[in-house]
Amino acid sequence: MSRAETAPVSEPVPGAEPLPGSAVRRPSPLWTFGLLRSELVTTVRRWRTLALLGVLAAVPVLVGIAVKIETRGGGDAGHGGQGPAFISQITNNGLFLVFTALAATLPFFLPMAVGVVAGDAIAGEASSGTLRYLLVAPAGRTRLLLTKYTTVLAFCLLATLVVTLSALIVGALLFPLGDLMTISGTRIGFGEGLVRALLIALVVAASLVGVAALGLFVSTLTGSGIAAMATTVGLVITVQILDQIPQLHALQPYFFSHYWLSFADLMRDPVYWDDLVKNLGLQALYAAVFGSAAWARFTTKDISA
Amino acid sequence: MDGPSATERDAQEAGDAERRAPAPGRTEAGPDVQESVIEARGLTKRYRGGQLAVDGLDLIVPARSVFGFLGPNGSGKTTTIRMLMGLIEPTAGTARVLGRPMPRAARAVLPQVGALIEGPALYGFLSGRDNLLRYDTADPTADPRTRRVRVAAALDRVGLNAAAGKKAKAYSLGMKQRLGLAAALLQPRRLLVLDEPTNGLDPQGMREIRTLIRELAADGTTVFLSSHLLDEIEQVCTHAAVMARGRLVAQGAVADLAAGARGRLVVTTPDPAEAARVLKEQGVADVTSDGDRVAGEPPARDLAEVNAALVAAGVRVRGFTVERASLEDAFVALTGEGFDVAG
Repeated sequence: MSRAETAPVSEPVPGAEPLPGSAVRRPSPLWTFGLLRSELVTTVRRWRTLALLGVLAAVPVLVGIAVKIETRGGGDAGHGGQGPAFISQITNNGLFLVFTALAATLPFFLPMAVGVVAGDAIAGEASSGTLRYLLVAPAGRTRLLLTKYTTVLAFCLLATLVVTLSALIVGALLFPLGDLMTISGTRIGFGEGLVRALLIALVVAASLVGVAALGLFVSTLTGSGIAAMATTVGLVITVQILDQIPQLHALQPYFFSHYWLSFADLMRDPVYWDDLVKNLGLQALYAAVFGSAAWARFTTKDISA
Repeated sequence: MDGPSATERDAQEAGDAERRAPAPGRTEAGPDVQESVIEARGLTKRYRGGQLAVDGLDLIVPARSVFGFLGPNGSGKTTTIRMLMGLIEPTAGTARVLGRPMPRAARAVLPQVGALIEGPALYGFLSGRDNLLRYDTADPTADPRTRRVRVAAALDRVGLNAAAGKKAKAYSLGMKQRLGLAAALLQPRRLLVLDEPTNGLDPQGMREIRTLIRELAADGTTVFLSSHLLDEIEQVCTHAAVMARGRLVAQGAVADLAAGARGRLVVTTPDPAEAARVLKEQGVADVTSDGDRVAGEPPARDLAEVNAALVAAGVRVRGFTVERASLEDAFVALTGEGFDVAG
């Protein structure tokens, strides 16, 4: 219950001597990080997580090989502007495979993977029954929820980095590297190109913060991990479809996916910040709204599974 | 690692000190709080569907007792345990565990409580040892420096050392049950709440668990044991409470509860019809006859005279005994129903 966390616990003042003969050790301030580490390790040790990361790593490989085969005769990979952003430039510079791969995975593969991990976060523990043992340990509801959310955010970053790294390796193996052309037409060195690629990866990871919060909220609503995962992934798809319907243009700026592809603006010279800032602001709003909702739900919920 | 008995005593003292100090948020501190480890008053849970799972429960579990919590399936035992552990918010009433209100003082109380609730729950993809390490990490008071040692000790105590490295999904039901028990024993506890701890165990495993419970009780740990196995409760418990349809129908010392139901006089004879007639003459009530067994409520007079009368009437007596009332008899007397009927 929420009261469990807010109630004043008669603990010794920090720095003061603990009560003589006290068998119950005062929690170390670093205890939460131990719980977080256990959570991170447990998440990464699941086969499901590894499979998701494997799929994400395979996307740049497929795109890279497809582009290589298509352009073997010296043809144009872009087919007159079709396909994900930047795809026509890959043959000139392997670094563009990073941008292409992120543009290809951001609309579906990345949010799906995050939806699975976030949806499973609480509901999965509830359906396996392990949640009740974590709570009577007692991990504390607020602390457990924060740990879970931090873990999902770490997974967002990990998933994005897996795509980036895989694309970078495949790009370097299959295509030449070197100076590159920005969208604005100016040339930048390879070193600065790498920095921008890393920045883009970070922005893409941050774009998933909203989905992560939404998934965590859904996860507190049900006792079935599968139901929570399916609902979250379903919401991701639904919102993207709604974002394509012109009649809903008044609502679209509030869809978490609306500004996702603004990460390409980091490849302008100078960088065009407006949509990037709107995207990050929107993600923060989602995190605040659905994070609070998840907290309100989880701290008052009866754990009967 | 401290010896369990010394640590237990310390825990007791710390608890006493806590009670003396006016802790914030306390509303009452009656002297009876001192000796009860669990104290529920009017504890009620009505689920959203309107179903009344627990109805005005008044439960007192004395310190250092082995307390049996009995009731048919669906009688509200598990809901009660979940309310005591802060997993479910009561609709009405209060619950105090180790003298502190639940669920408000969960952070202070639960580290001193080991629990096995509705069977074990494990991460199948982790080894038994890693499962325990994870649960121990979730306890804010657990010292990470002694974690591996305490996990090894807990595994040893439930006899799982050999299988500690195996993935938990490969465990049999009995092994999972043992691992669940090990999780409850990771730290010295003042209270153990064990919900059906011998489920899925073979007779040898059941005996081991009973021995373990007696050992823990001898160390001063209060054990709250829910079970539907009456003879198990009779063998290990000092106190018991009986629930039926969400209400508490009895609680007290096991001996007192069993004494509530009277024993039965049983005569084994090849002449049951004649024996039944003589017994009725001798003032034996409720005489029933089943094959060569004739039974009835023993009369107030000396049973030796009853036997003499049987012999005098030419009844050939093979056996003449008074069967002690069991807890099961008490249970049936209290609830008026068979034990495995869902309430």
